[in-house]
Formats: sequence, C-alpha cells, structure tokens
Amino acid sequence: MTTPLITTSRWGNKDGHTLDGYIKSGGYQALQRALGLTPKEVHEEVKKASLLGRGGAGFPAGVKWGFLPENVWPRYLVVNGDESEPGTYKDRILLERDPHQLIEGCLITCYALGLSQCFLYVRGEMAHGQERVAQALNEAYEAGYVGKNILDSEFSVDIVLHWGAGAYIVGEETALIESLEGNRGMPRLKPPYFPASIGLYGKPTIVNNVETLANIPWIVLNGGDAFAKIGAEQSTGTRIFAVSGHVNKPGVYEVEFGTTTFRDLIMGEEYGNGIRNGNELKAFIPGGASAPWFFEEHLDMPLEKTAVDQAGSMLGSGAIVVMDNTTDIVKACHNLVRFFARESCGKCAPCREGTSWLEKILQRIIDGNGRSQDLDLLLDICDNISPGISWPPKQTTICPLGPSAVSPISSAIKRYKEEFDKYLSKSKPNIPVQIKSGAG
Amino acid sequence: MTDTFKNETKVAFTLNGQEVHANAGENLIEACSQAGVDIPHFCYHNRMNSVGMCRMCIVEVDTGRGPALQPSCMLDVTEGMNVDTESDTTKKAQDGILEFLLLNHPLDCPVCDKGGECPLQDQTIAYGPGETRFVEEKRHFEKPIPINENVYLDRERCILCDRCTRFADEVVGDPLIHFIDRGNETQVNTFPEDPFASYFSGNVVQICPVGALTAKPYRFKARPWDLEEIESTYPNPLGDRITIQSSRDEVLRFQGLDSDTVNWGWLTDKDRFSFQAFQSEYRIQEPLVRGSGLNKPDKSAKGLVAASWNTALEMTAKAIQNSTPNKIAFIGGARFTNESQYAWTKLAKGLIGTDNVDATLSDDLPAHVLLGLQRTTINEICSPGSTVLLIGSDLKEEYGTLYIRLRDAVTNMGANLIELTPVETGLSNIASLSLRPRPGEIGKVINSILSGESPLEIGGVSKESIQACHELLQDKQINVIFGRQSITESTEPLTQALTLLKDIPGTKFLPLVRRANTSGAFFMGMAPGQLPGQLPLDADKRKYLSDWENLPNEKGMSTDQILKAAGDGEIDVLFLLGSDPLRDYRNPELASKALQMTKTVVAVDLFVNPSTYESDIIFPAAAFIEVNGSHTNTEGRITPIRQKVTSPGTARPDWMIAAEIAAQLNHDLKIEKPDDVWDEIQAANISNDEITFQNIKSSPEGLILQFGTETPFRKADLNIDTRPFDSYSHRLVLSKKMFDNGTIIQMSPALKNFTSNSEVLINPVDFSSIGITEGQPVTLINGEKKISVVVKPDERIPRSIAFGYLNQDGVDLRALISDGSESIDIRIDPTAKVI
Repeated sequence: MTTPLITTSRWGNKDGHTLDGYIKSGGYQALQRALGLTPKEVHEEVKKASLLGRGGAGFPAGVKWGFLPENVWPRYLVVNGDESEPGTYKDRILLERDPHQLIEGCLITCYALGLSQCFLYVRGEMAHGQERVAQALNEAYEAGYVGKNILDSEFSVDIVLHWGAGAYIVGEETALIESLEGNRGMPRLKPPYFPASIGLYGKPTIVNNVETLANIPWIVLNGGDAFAKIGAEQSTGTRIFAVSGHVNKPGVYEVEFGTTTFRDLIMGEEYGNGIRNGNELKAFIPGGASAPWFFEEHLDMPLEKTAVDQAGSMLGSGAIVVMDNTTDIVKACHNLVRFFARESCGKCAPCREGTSWLEKILQRIIDGNGRSQDLDLLLDICDNISPGISWPPKQTTICPLGPSAVSPISSAIKRYKEEFDKYLSKSKPNIPVQIKSGAG
Repeated sequence: MTDTFKNETKVAFTLNGQEVHANAGENLIEACSQAGVDIPHFCYHNRMNSVGMCRMCIVEVDTGRGPALQPSCMLDVTEGMNVDTESDTTKKAQDGILEFLLLNHPLDCPVCDKGGECPLQDQTIAYGPGETRFVEEKRHFEKPIPINENVYLDRERCILCDRCTRFADEVVGDPLIHFIDRGNETQVNTFPEDPFASYFSGNVVQICPVGALTAKPYRFKARPWDLEEIESTYPNPLGDRITIQSSRDEVLRFQGLDSDTVNWGWLTDKDRFSFQAFQSEYRIQEPLVRGSGLNKPDKSAKGLVAASWNTALEMTAKAIQNSTPNKIAFIGGARFTNESQYAWTKLAKGLIGTDNVDATLSDDLPAHVLLGLQRTTINEICSPGSTVLLIGSDLKEEYGTLYIRLRDAVTNMGANLIELTPVETGLSNIASLSLRPRPGEIGKVINSILSGESPLEIGGVSKESIQACHELLQDKQINVIFGRQSITESTEPLTQALTLLKDIPGTKFLPLVRRANTSGAFFMGMAPGQLPGQLPLDADKRKYLSDWENLPNEKGMSTDQILKAAGDGEIDVLFLLGSDPLRDYRNPELASKALQMTKTVVAVDLFVNPSTYESDIIFPAAAFIEVNGSHTNTEGRITPIRQKVTSPGTARPDWMIAAEIAAQLNHDLKIEKPDDVWDEIQAANISNDEITFQNIKSSPEGLILQFGTETPFRKADLNIDTRPFDSYSHRLVLSKKMFDNGTIIQMSPALKNFTSNSEVLINPVDFSSIGITEGQPVTLINGEKKISVVVKPDERIPRSIAFGYLNQDGVDLRALISDGSESIDIRIDPTAKVI
C-alpha cells in the first residue's frame, strides 16, 4: 500500500512520545503553519478534508465546529479520551506513543475556533497514556507550545489534563461534560442537544475524539484537499482500526479509509493475518461492541461509512472483533450484554432495568434454565429499549448505551437461533418460578 | 417551574389529531395536561427542573422529521408539532417502561404506606400490562434505613426518579442524598456519616412517587382511603398553604398544598411535623385557676386547679370590674386568626376601653412601619430579573418556604439578590452581593448605599462593597425584604433604613414578621394606637365602629411599656394571648417581675408554658386545626384556616373566649361566628377591600390587603448617630434557629431533639487572637451582665461579631441583653470567672 501513515507515523519510533522525538519527525510544524493562516482558513482546510469524527458517530468534524454560535465566550474544546468499548484500543496507543501529535491537534483546533481553554479527558484505566500525556504537556508548556503567547504569537491556550474514574458511559459526550464538571457521569438531555451550543459549564463546547484531533496537524501541513484525496469519497483519509479476537495477529492498524475491505484487515498478512488455527469465520463485530454483527458475506465490503451504515451496522469506534467457529454464540452474546448492563449509568429506566434483565435471562439460558418463550421475551425487551430493533436504532433512552445491548442479541438470534434452541432443548423441565396467568 | 419565564405567545400544535393551543416554550407534558390529556410520569415535577429520567412520559412527536419517541417533560411546545400520546408505538413504549420500573419493585403494596395514593400503583393499573414476565430474583437492599430522624428510605421500592435528590440539591441546597453505585445497583443514599440533615426533609416524602421514602410520624398510621382532608393555611408568617389530613377525628399529617402564590407545595419540617403538638396529651383541656380561686396579688396559693368555664369567666370579669381600663393590658394575639384578633381588640378597646394592647413582644417593628409601607408579593419578588434587597437574618432558619422561593428565583429566573445580613446565610452562596453590616448600623449603611458615598468603612462594610451595592440598585425597582438583624438591635436603625428606601420610587416591601399573623393583628388593631382597618386611634372613621362604646382616646402602652408598668405594680389585669414573655421576651427578668407584680394574669393558650404557669386564670384555646377563620400572611394575603378536628376537652376558639368574657361583663360582642367579623368590618366601611368570609373561603390564592394606605408611616430621625464601635468588643447578634425550645417544637416528638446547646460563634481569627481554649466555657461581659458559655470559631461569622442562637439548651443568652441601646457590644474574657 502506498497510503501515507497520518496518525501512526511515530509509533515505531522509540522516542516518538518525547518532545525531541516529535520535533525531529516534523512535529509542531503544522502549528507554525496554522499560526500563519487566519483561523478561518484553518477551519476551511479541515472542512475540505471532510474528516469524519473517529469516536463512533462519524460526524464530520469541520461541520461540528461550525455549530459554535458566534460571539459567545468563553467556549471550550474537550478531548474525549474515554475510549472504553470492548475491543477498542486505538486512542490508548495514540496517547501512549504520540501524545504531542494530539496536543498539536488541540492547539490548532483551538486556534481555528478561537478558544483559549482545552480539557483533555483521559480514561481512568489508561494510567500509562495519562502519564505520557502529562509528561508531554509539561514539555510543551516548557517549550512554549502551550500556554501564553504560543510561539511568540498573540495566541494563548491552556490545556488541562483530567483523569476519569473509569466509567464507559463517560465516553458519551454529554456524560463526559457532566463528569468534567464534577458531577456523576450521566448523559444530559436538555435541548439544545449539541454541546456546541450549550456544553461544559453551560458554554459552547466542541467535543472531539483523540484520533480525530490527531489528524489535524497532517491536514494543516498537507492541506485538506490532499487528505480528501486519500480514501473514499465520503470516508476520507486513513483510519485506525483495532483488530481483536480470533485472528492470528491482533493489533491496531492504520489503513486507507473507505477503500480497504474487512477481508484485507482480517485476512491480510500485514494486518490480522487470518483466523486463528485455520478455523472458519463465524461472525465479526465491525465497529465496537455496540455495532450489529457482520458475517462472512460482508468480508468484501470496504471499510467505508456509508456502505457499512447501509448494511445495517457501523464502523463506530473502529474496533473489529472476530469470532471463529469455536465461539459459543449465546455466551458471546451474554458477555457483551453483561458489559452494557454493568456500564449502564442507571439514569434511564429501560437501560438500567432492561439491560440487566437481558443479562439475567441469558445467564439463565446458559445455566440450563431457559424456557421456550425466552427468545421472544428477549426480543420484546430489546424492542422496549430500542423500538423496532432497527438500524440506526431508535431508543426509549437518552443515550445509545441501552440500545447497544440490543445489537448482539438481535444479531445473534437472527443468525444463530439454533444455538439458542440447543440450550433451550437441553433445559431442565422446570424453571425456578412458575408464572400463573393474571398474577400482577 | 419557572412559570413567569413563559412566553405569552400562543402556538398551535396537534394533539392526538386535534389542534390545540399552548404558550410557546411551555413544556409539552404541561401543555398536554392543560389540553386535558394526562401523560403518565414519575420523575417530572412541576416545581423542579426536568431530567427525563424515568422515560415514562415518552410520546411520539413529529416536528417535521417524522414521528419519534420523545420525553414530553423535556420538550418545549413548538408551532405545528404533531403529538400522539395514544399511538401504538407510544403505548408499547410506555407499557415497556412501566414493566421495567416494576421489575425490581417489591410489590409489597399491602403493607406500604403509599398504597392507595401511589403514582406507580395508579399508573400500573391505568397503563400496565397487568402480568409480570420477570422470573428472576429481584434486587435486594436492607429494608428501610433511616436517612435522618424522621425519614426512612426503602431502596427496594425506589424507582430512581431523582425527585428527592433533585429536591435536596436544587430546591433547598442541601445536597446530602445522592445516587451511588451504577447501573442496576444504583441506589439513593446519604454519605456514610452524614444524615439527610435538612430542614425540609419531609418534602421528599411528599414528592416520592412510590413508597420509598416514608415519614416516621405517619408510618403505618393510616391508609390513604381512610383519610379525610381539608385545605387550610398553616399559621406562619408566610401563610403556607396545606392540606390537613385526618382519620377518626385525629390529624395524621400535614401536606404542602401547591399554591402558585405562596409555598408551591413545600413545607418546612418544623411546620409539617408540628401536627403532633396540636394533638399532644399535654394540651390544656379545661380552664385552670390558681389555688382556690383567688383574685388577690398574693401568689402563695401556688397550684393551678381545673375549674369550670363559669368560675374562670367570673373571676376574669371580677378582676376587670375591680380595675380601671388603663390598668388592664393585653399582650399577644399575633398567632390568632384574623377573626379572633378582631374579637379581642373589640373586647379590649371597644368594651373595656383600654388601648394597652400589643400583639407582639416589642420584637417586631412598630405598627406604623408595618402598616405604612407598600407591600410586594412573593411572586413579584420571585420574578425574572427582579432586584431583591434582603435586610435581616437567615431566611433558611426562620422563613423556610420564602428561602426556597427566593433560591429558585435567583438560580432559575436570574433574580438578583443583595444580602445585608450580619452573618453568612443559606442564601449567601447564590447572592449577587453579600454585605455584612453590624446590627444597629443598618441605617447609615443604607444611607451610604443610596448616596453612593462612603468613608473607607461604615458599619462594618467597606467602601467598595457600598459602591458595588449602589451600582446594583441603580435605576432598579427594588423589592425590600426586611426584618431585624438581631433581637439585640432596636427598631430605630432599621426604621431609619426603611425611611430612606421608602422614598425611592417603585420600592416595595415585604416584612419578616416574627409571628404567624402579626400582619392580621395590626390590621385588626392589636397594637397601641391602632384600630381595625389599619386606622389610627384618632382617625375620623372611628365613628363607624358604632358599638365600640368605650373606645379610648389616649394611645396605650406597647409590650415594653406594659411589662415595665406591670413590674412597677401599675397593672391589675394582664392578658397573655398565646404569648410566653418569660421565654420569648428579650428581658426575661423584667417579664418575670411583671408577672409577679400583676394582680391577675389571664392566659389564653394551648399549653402550660413558663408564663401560663405563672398565670392566675388559664383558658384552654382551640388550635388552628380546630377552628374556622382566616390568616393574613406577610404579603397581606388572607387565606382560610379551616377546622378539621374537634378541640380536646372544653377548649374553645380564641374569639369565643373574648365573646364569653364580654358576656360575663354583660355585653354582647355580637360575634357568634367568624363571618360576623367581616360583616361588621364591611358594615363599618373601614376596609376598602371587598373582603367577606365567603370570598376568603372561595379564593384559592387568597385576597390581598393593601397596606400603606390608612396608617401613615412615621419617618425615623435620620440624624444617624451610633455609638462608636470599639475594636476590643464584639457586637452581639442573637438570632432564631428553626428548631428551638419553643412550645410547639418541644411538644412534637418528631422535632424536639433538634435543639443544641447554647454557644456563641465568632470568627476563627478573633478566636485565635483572643486565645480561647476550645470547648472551655468563657465569660461574656456586657457591663454588669455576665454569662459563661462555650465560644466556637466559625467561618460564617465576620470579624468582631459574636453570634448565638436563642432559646437553645443550657445558658440563656438573653441574659446579656441590656435595654435602651441600638445594639449591644460585649467583651469576651477567657480568663474571668462568672461569680
């Protein structure tokens, strides 16, 4: 492949995370260049790049930036570094191996949007990443890249590093804002819906993912057009995918966005290098635990947002989890649902009660106490959390965490119902509790 | 919640196929309710910010992008919105959510206090699937745990609607209960070592949509369907609206009534749980007289014995007949209904012919101040962008529901609060500006604020603060909430301040009166120099009071003067109308002497308290839950008080006791029922308002009395001259706390344990510079007067102030008060010994 490495170019360097190593490999040149442009010009470059958000929803970053209302100050940039979905670990490596690239991305973004305060929210469990970022920030402050009058210009920014406490839900941007404000990390639902108009401390706030911001220096240095030329028409640039599960070579790989296929990534020698032990592929999750599953017939689909969306799933957080034919689908399903049940913040009744109910039923089926009506029940509970069980999901909850638990169940039952039936047929004749009709 | 924020523009939207109209910006759940469509909900509460947590109120809404399920409590109505609350999708979702909420709910309804008035139960019957599909083990928690002395929490029943936690945090600013843990393990709880010590904790029981929060005084006492209820008014200065609920002639609880104008449904714990006192076994049930029925100054016959009404009335009449009008005096009556106040004024002034009548204990402002200022309303104070000048003490301690309303106005409506209080209060953290003027010097502080000119420091306030305050008040319509900053401060400095503020056009006032119905008492003439209808004693209109035959011409004595005269043996008969000067008057020594020296002390009260215990004749009075009448709150709002239960023993309404005494004096007071009072006032043409008893009973938001019309406000001497403050002294501030040793609190088992030991608080810097040993009592000296008390450091107290709460356990801090000065400065001596 001739695709340039945009975000992962320093991963192989031993000193990629230090200021010296970063500058040696062309670091902070984009900032220099940006400061020579007007903020509007920088914003234009990012718009031209049509850089899609790399956090999960895939919303174009340049457009999101444009939502900031005029003349409302102060306003903030918040970096969402709370990556915690099972199978997703690309941001962690970015934080550990190239923290300055992120800092430079933040600085350029702040310059483009006229911000002077940035908050870097890093997930609680990423101790190493947090240390690396802290160290990098100290270096950058010292060297005058962050702080007052950056590179002797009029431009000043403060970056505050905030260490989360390890809740998955805080990856949801409004919950992240709540957490940053010192509250319980629970999603907000207050019209207006976008933090861009009312966010952190009630002020306009842009929340961007780590990988999204890591792309910014390259875009400024090489131009938005150059970025847009890479990849597919609507999925531009490169993207980092985290491949895990039953492959021979799990890992994080930067590939051209929109043109590379799932087969390339899972089977390709330089990437996943095929299914382990020569087994057959049973299913794979294309975009993190909350995405509906794909199967063998999807392998030749390109890693392209629109195509994947249309096929009824998403690229989401860029986590591809591969399951081979030795996988017990019911248990896999239970494993994922349990994650969501445990990570539900407890705010909305359908998610708080529904996900743990789903988990309990799946556990009961695995324990051999399933009942014939349990599959319908599972799907009906799913329907009450996410009406219609369609894609993109509708939801009776504030945020998509509840509906996320629906994806594995609906995917698994749709494709591998017989595995559930096998559990049910082996079930003991009596369930612990008898239900009489009419009991309230 | 912020009704006044509502845009008055109407928008049209479609509701279940019908076009309906609502105010733009109104939230959908309210708009639907007004259009007659009730949407089920649990977390939504009209007096709190929406959180959209329970998801029960989701309905299908189409705003042009296709129908989608949206929580109606979080959505503003917009033009052309298409709302379907009955579609299959809506119904399916609501059924599903109800099922989710019931999954882990224990369904112990048969033994749950909430059963019968439970929104979860009601909505399950109205919307639920009727059958459970949940066969797993339910979530378990330890069954009810106390979160404070009066409130129990059953976490199994809790549906996590965030109402109680939101109330604690947002409404009253006591964030002591929280969600803890996550997901299905989420629970409401207190911090491990801190109980939910809020003055307003009973409200969370009232707003809990399930039986998770229950109040100890009501637990297992009744089933809701056995309760009868009546709407009434709690006799406190704000006139909080309540419902009184009873069963078998016993009141079992008070609930807040959601009145738009006053308390929004909230109550303080002090009022909510006080129903216990009114039904205490210690209530006086029949008249009591001293010894063998003596009418002599000799108090050697100590015991009080039960007597018939006839005996007591005869003794009272004889005492009156054996005296002359100017030797007869009346103290109290500020807790009576308006009608009883009129009856007693008529007895005293119209019949006996004495003007020695004072409803207060000389601790409220004089009648001409309270009647001479134009009043504002709570809603006017609590409106978007209003400017509020608070002069006085901590509203959180003394005027709980006003504290809640004002807090809401500042946090949700952008009202600007400027606080002039001697120490930090419950509102300081949200005030635009907090100034700490020393008591006694408020007059000159206000003078500087209004002129904008000030020396470097005046009355404890810096020049910068004076100027900041001056700017905030510029060209604003000011709502002044005022009360005395401390009972050690005379009324003169505050009257000076009000004299200055009164001259600013548009300024309106809300007095913080000390007792429930001081406004009514003054309106009804229960003050020296006053007649009913706000008339001064010498008003031309007095001729209309046709059967007030013996109206005096000379202005009588105030409580201060009455007690002094009584102490000098110049009073023959002293009536104590629900008042306890021994405990409440600021000079207990003088009060005690007065009671000793008066020939006959006649008390009308609910309980034997220190003062009634020293009386010669005691009439048992009916409590407010046992009478019909009306109450005037500090806005001048008249609302009904309604009888719910019968009085214990032979206790009678206060007005009836006055009528009986008149009859014993061979006069007909012509008051046979509360209505007669208003008929008489109407007939006398002394009130401009169309107030009849019928109107009072039928007006849900009450009738407003206009003040500032008949009684002229007498300007204070503006030659402001306070004695110099010496930097070795501490200015004494004595204030009320919500819970003290007052009779009603001490007669309520739920409340009586909340008093604390008397102590004096000073600034930590002063504390360390004086060199006090923590925990050791030190001597406080005011001239001849000395007490020994524990002094503690406290950040909320400014330098050079010594702060204490009145009427707590142990040392009586009133012992430091000397009469005749605008303020009191004390010395703290860590070495002196009290002899």
